[in-house]
Amino acid sequence: MLKILYFAHLREQLGRECDDLVLPDGVANVAELIDFLKNADPVVNDIFESTPKILVAINQVVVSRDSEVTQNDEIAFFPPMTGG
Amino acid sequence: MISVQHEDFNIGVEYENLRISSQSPGAIVTFTGLVRQIYDKESKGDRVQSLYLEHYPGMTEQKLIEIEEQAHSKWELLGSTIIHRVGELSPDDQIVFVGVASSHREDAFLAAQYIMDFLKNEAPFWKKQKTQHGDGWISSRKSDLAAINKWK
Repeated sequence: MLKILYFAHLREQLGRECDDLVLPDGVANVAELIDFLKNADPVVNDIFESTPKILVAINQVVVSRDSEVTQNDEIAFFPPMTGG
Repeated sequence: MISVQHEDFNIGVEYENLRISSQSPGAIVTFTGLVRQIYDKESKGDRVQSLYLEHYPGMTEQKLIEIEEQAHSKWELLGSTIIHRVGELSPDDQIVFVGVASSHREDAFLAAQYIMDFLKNEAPFWKKQKTQHGDGWISSRKSDLAAINKWK
């Protein structure tokens, strides 16, 4: 099972902080996972279309869109950080 | 030492802990970040009523340890402390503390700035401010990204 986490305004727009998902057929990397999530949920689609920069982390490390996704990964989507 | 916490911190206590736990430091640099009353751009001059700090538990701690280790590998440091608060804060509250102990001031100054520059860009914290005109998530600043490029 993939665990998908959303933070900050992504979490608020979506109205939930996480999704559990069986790794879908044909999804091997982050870009394909994003396409799958956008097709599955119009709100996710709106968020990705309206937010200029969304970062992604796999197992708590920021990665690029061509990074491989495997079963049991923790995937997180969030805007650029603004701490400090 | 790193800590992500709701509670406030006392910089006198943190300084003293760092001084005692470091082996004969010749210099200690400390930095404290506070909640501004007016957060220029997004607030359009409105006064900040409160600031909410969200984070990614687990990744945040891991990233702060990584930044601290990088600083220790670049400079000769005798000790360091990074504290970052989360949750609901008010104007003038303390947000973040960085303390660095070294034999000489230059390493301590540089390492403290390095830790803050990377913390702002790479540690997963997000700020949402409330003003009299409503709530809004704060956008990242280009100047913060430029700050880490100077270390490359």
